[in-house]
Amino acid sequence: MNPAQPTSKEMGAAQSTAVVAKRPRGSNLVARWPKTLLLAALVASFVLWWFSNHINPYYADILIKIGINIILAVSLNLINGYTGQFSLGHAGFMSVGAYTSAAVTMFVAPSLIGATPSTALTVACFVLALYVGGLVAAVAGILVGAPSLRLKGDYLAIVTLGFGEIIRVIFRNIPKLGGALGLNGIPPYTNLFWVFGTAAICTYVVLALVHSTYGRGFIAVQDDEVAAEAMGINTTRYKIVAFVIGAFFAGIAGGLYGHYTLSIDPKGFDFMRSIEIVVMVILGGMGNTTGVIFAAILLTLLPEWLRTFEQYRMILYSFLLVVLMLTRPQGLFAWRRKTKPILAA
Amino acid sequence: MASQNETNSRGMSATLLNLEHCTIRFGGLTAVSDLNVRIGENELVGLIGPNGAGKTTVFNLVTGVYEPTEGRIQFSGEDIVGEAPFEITKRGIARTFQNIRLFPSLSVYDNVRAAFRLHIKHGVVQAMWRGGGFVAEEQGIEGQVMEMLDIFKLGKFRDVPAKSLPYGDQRRLEIVRALATRPKLLLLDEPAAGMNPTEKVDLMKLIRFIEEKYRISVLLVEHDMQVVMGICRRIIVLDHGVQIAEGTPEQVRANPKVIEAYLGQ
Ligand SMILES: Nc1ncnc2c1ncn2[C@@H]1O[C@H](COP(=O)(O)OP(=O)(O)OP(=O)(O)O)[C@@H](O)[C@H]1O
Ligand SMILES: [Mg+2]
Repeated sequence: MNPAQPTSKEMGAAQSTAVVAKRPRGSNLVARWPKTLLLAALVASFVLWWFSNHINPYYADILIKIGINIILAVSLNLINGYTGQFSLGHAGFMSVGAYTSAAVTMFVAPSLIGATPSTALTVACFVLALYVGGLVAAVAGILVGAPSLRLKGDYLAIVTLGFGEIIRVIFRNIPKLGGALGLNGIPPYTNLFWVFGTAAICTYVVLALVHSTYGRGFIAVQDDEVAAEAMGINTTRYKIVAFVIGAFFAGIAGGLYGHYTLSIDPKGFDFMRSIEIVVMVILGGMGNTTGVIFAAILLTLLPEWLRTFEQYRMILYSFLLVVLMLTRPQGLFAWRRKTKPILAA
Repeated sequence: MASQNETNSRGMSATLLNLEHCTIRFGGLTAVSDLNVRIGENELVGLIGPNGAGKTTVFNLVTGVYEPTEGRIQFSGEDIVGEAPFEITKRGIARTFQNIRLFPSLSVYDNVRAAFRLHIKHGVVQAMWRGGGFVAEEQGIEGQVMEMLDIFKLGKFRDVPAKSLPYGDQRRLEIVRALATRPKLLLLDEPAAGMNPTEKVDLMKLIRFIEEKYRISVLLVEHDMQVVMGICRRIIVLDHGVQIAEGTPEQVRANPKVIEAYLGQ
């Protein structure tokens, strides 16, 4: 979570890794210069924001939605794609973050920084609110995950689905948070920099984690739990870590969403929202971050292109999912995880 | 530790694994019945028996996949019943599976690397921060993994997904992966299954080599009598979950109960 500049010492170490690793493996660029790439992405987000006045508001709106969906899909990919746990609760975690951070900026911040704070203070408060939202969502992740991760496949899907629905009912019944009508008047803090900066950090975190000896454990859990345990991997622990990190970023995405749409209501975080994110992960190819990012972009643009068929959007999603599972179970964008031919002996 | 001293004074190696009166029932079926097994340090023991005798079940008991209905299991003098499989692996027991269970989507290299989990210092935070310590550790691991892969002639398959390896190589990779957890006791479940005669000879050399190089104990389940008789100095015979014989290959081969169990199959 530290967008800090890599020190020259670390850069040197990273480069010597590149020399030792003679043969290419995995996503090379990311594996060799992860921090440099993160920094570049953060700078690009900043530039994008800097020129956001020159961007057609309609496109800027789509860009924000794309960025938020990237955060959601990439973080869910850690749970569903890499670790192989079928969670249908991502919209639930998103709503926890959205409501929590909105509550922080609306109800807590004014008493902290006064009615007319400086820009710096406002920004600091917003970042704090996002983090608090993410942390509360992460705690929700533990609460849902810890008892239910012993469950396999369908059962876990049902529990996480139930969690999403329960969370909605809870928010609907808190008058202070707007109840069924929703919460209005959230301050407009979200911009292109925050959205794409977070998307960059989220992608970095997931990739850095997975591209480590520690992180290979996530894929081992997905591949074969029995074998993973037999190799000394605490599978329950890995699942919880994936859940917590996934929920954390879903919570932050929720916070960004709330401070962009300026009003949130429980209906916006329903089961179909979770399904949308799951479809992005499946379409992108489970455990293929690049593919998932492309899928998030595609599935945000698609409804825009098909505006005239707006009411059929969900039918389209379902249809896509079915066609995809039948024709390309490895995902639409699974070009890299292709099985290499066996080397000649 | 009293029992260890006792065995030492009798000139035998210290006890590593000790099963006492172990029984496990699945519903009405008693898969293993009142089993007593003792394995010493740096010992190569064979476990044989007809199909369904309960050999794999013994492995599952020792590695914590199942809990015994009765009896106790000690490793290095400590009770391990009730511990999770990964905790037992941490104590120093590693295994292979009768039906190969590699991590199919991971590369050969990553299959072995994943088994270093118990011995790495970095965790979530270090993996994200990627500081000097993390990079150095990953380089060290790379060196160790490649060394092991080269020893076991799998180096050239480094980046190949495990699932697309030839069968015999998959079996070998599973052994390498188990060794990467740095066990004191290695459990091999029918490693020769599906191998041709040449591969079997290589496997026998390999198991002896492992025992000598890594100075560990091996418990070998194997149907191929030539392999078992060829490398084990002590053999335990199970039939219908009951131990019917124990001794040197010659003793076991001449035992009428063993002959009956195999002929009456
Ligand atoms: N989880 C289980 N539930 C019910 N029965 C089981 C279970 N595991 C094993 N058994 C039964 O226990 C008996 C012993 O099985 P086990 O797999 O240990 O035999 P084995 O000696 O390894 O045989 P093989 O040589 O065929 O591998 C068999 O009758 C088997 O059906
Ligand atoms: Mg068996």
